[in-house]
Amino acid sequence: MATKSDRASAHTQPHIVAQIEKAPTGICGLDDITAGGLPKGRTTIFCGGPGSGKTMLGIEFLVRGASEFNEPGVLLAFEESPEEIARNVASLGFDLNDLAAKKKLYLDYISIDPGQIQETGDYDLEGLFIRIQHAVEAVHAKRVMLDTIEALFSNFSNQRILRAELRRLFSWLKQRGLTTVVTTERGEGTLTREGLEEYVSDCVVLLDHRVKDQISVRRIRIVKYRGTQHGMDEYPFLIDENGMSILPVSALQLRHKASNERVTSGIPALDEMMEGQGFYRGSSVLISGTAGTGKTTLAAAFADATCRRGERCLFIGFEESPAQVARNLRPVGLSLDHWTQQQLLIHEAWRPTQFGLEMHLLRIHKLVEKWKPASVIIDPVSNLLTGTSQLEASSTMMRLVDFLKSAGATAMFVDLTSRDSDLEGTKIGISSLADTWILLRDVELNGERNRCIYVLKSRGMAHSNQVREFVIAKDGIDLIPAYVGLEGVLTGSARVAQQAKELADATSREQEIQLKRQQANRKLLALEAQIAVLKAEAAAQAELSEQIARQGSERAEQARLDQEKMLKSRRAAGSRQPARPISLREAKP
Amino acid sequence: MRKAANRDSAKPEFLLRLYVAGQTPKSLAAISNLKKICSEYLGGRYKIEVVDLLKNPALAKDHQILAIPTLVRQVPVPLRKIIGDLSNTEQVLVGLDVRSFAGANRAGGKAPVDGKRTAR
Repeated sequence: MATKSDRASAHTQPHIVAQIEKAPTGICGLDDITAGGLPKGRTTIFCGGPGSGKTMLGIEFLVRGASEFNEPGVLLAFEESPEEIARNVASLGFDLNDLAAKKKLYLDYISIDPGQIQETGDYDLEGLFIRIQHAVEAVHAKRVMLDTIEALFSNFSNQRILRAELRRLFSWLKQRGLTTVVTTERGEGTLTREGLEEYVSDCVVLLDHRVKDQISVRRIRIVKYRGTQHGMDEYPFLIDENGMSILPVSALQLRHKASNERVTSGIPALDEMMEGQGFYRGSSVLISGTAGTGKTTLAAAFADATCRRGERCLFIGFEESPAQVARNLRPVGLSLDHWTQQQLLIHEAWRPTQFGLEMHLLRIHKLVEKWKPASVIIDPVSNLLTGTSQLEASSTMMRLVDFLKSAGATAMFVDLTSRDSDLEGTKIGISSLADTWILLRDVELNGERNRCIYVLKSRGMAHSNQVREFVIAKDGIDLIPAYVGLEGVLTGSARVAQQAKELADATSREQEIQLKRQQANRKLLALEAQIAVLKAEAAAQAELSEQIARQGSERAEQARLDQEKMLKSRRAAGSRQPARPISLREAKP
Repeated sequence: MRKAANRDSAKPEFLLRLYVAGQTPKSLAAISNLKKICSEYLGGRYKIEVVDLLKNPALAKDHQILAIPTLVRQVPVPLRKIIGDLSNTEQVLVGLDVRSFAGANRAGGKAPVDGKRTAR
């Protein structure tokens, strides 16, 4: 399917040059798969079984042509009266009578009552031609719809004349440049019951309404479109109050903008793990985890945060009804009711088995188009994809992710993983599509089960590598750093025990250190005392030596004084020599 | 619209309208065949209108005309349609349900049975 869609997208890339002129249908998605619309001035067959929506499609083509593209139209009805048709399409929001009054639409009813008609001899259908021409001229029509022209086959017994006239009619319409839509019943083994595709070779569109696994899906396929490239796949479509919409796989391209803005996850501690700022706006977030790990609560916190900013959040549930979700969240301090009342929270829930995969996608598509939410939560996306093949699932997810990105919505996908499967290998294979992947898991230890959360990946940010314990309490959600040791992640009471143990260890270590320090201090003090004693001793010694030195010098002085005294006494005795001190040097020689 | 024949303007028993589109061979054949059949089987109790849809295309809607030529028996009711160039007289008479009327008139030379008249 992925390769198919790739191929289809190649068909509708802008490099395709439209070889022929097209009449835009204005129908959501149909112009994408036809690369611009139906062939202008040519005839297109819409074939399909009863209730396949061919008449609706044709009328929408006329109505949109008249109201949006200034191409008035003619509706020639063979099966239902214009009153009936007008009533039928009023539910799609189309007012045929108003368009007719404005001369933008001409309704003509060709009633066929074979019982009244006797054929004799040669004839032609010039009357039909004249009626079409009259109608076309009345409103200057550019578009014509013949619904269902095969009814003529029950009106006229001469097949030869009828077929020749139909062939002439189609070329007549083409000559006049009228863009014509012919609805026909699908035949057994052929596209149309009467083989009308023989006469119309420009464009054949097949509509189908089938039931697979008790789920009904409408599909459309361009069987043939001469002179142009077109989408080859079968596309699911929906008819609702806004008319028809087709979900073209090919319209989705990797061209979405990347915002630098960040939005909170609603849980401050989780934001902290992502640079303190939360997710990137418009990114896709995958929350995966086993049952009961708090995925929905996490998603609800995100929804609450979105609404708090005054932005709209679309919450699509596949498991619980909106009321049930709201009730279950009240005990954890999350009240969503008032957001729902303010239409900020659009909570839609339906069973995954209610429709086929394509129809789910289309419904989400339409809801997003309608509400233009800032955030979209799908809970759980894995449920949606049960029973589908891996290929189908990943292709669907890819389209969903791409679509929500192009819509600029921050998408949160909740994915339920089974316990025995690899936690990090999501079944749906969207791990590579998600920008941020948050894993929730429970850890069973010592008779209790606790939740753990970690950010497995988050593109474009330095996210935390920590495993934290995810605690849902009365006042909301909190994250506590979990203990990660040799024995794995410890949570709950084990974590508490571990923390107590660590505290005790720390205390004893502290005490030991204190003791050692005291011992060291004491020793230091003793040494200091010893130093004081020695210092005192040294001081005494120094004093002593000084004393000795002083005594020495005193004695020398005394000796000199004595000598002088002696000299004085000798001079007094009769001196022939002048009195002068005797130097030792002089005395020596 | 033109009157092709009106021999008893007071009360035509058969009011017939022939739809054609221009002067095509089929139209011309139908007109001449119709005149022949009427004069032969209906005496003076009929009135024929020929409507050319090329001139009055809006009239095609009145009698739900698709095939050309189409002969519509407006009176007596119920409305009956015969398409084709009216080349098979037998089929035209069956289609117009003329036999019973004509037969009754020819046999008794009187007006048709009351019941059929009041059906008008």
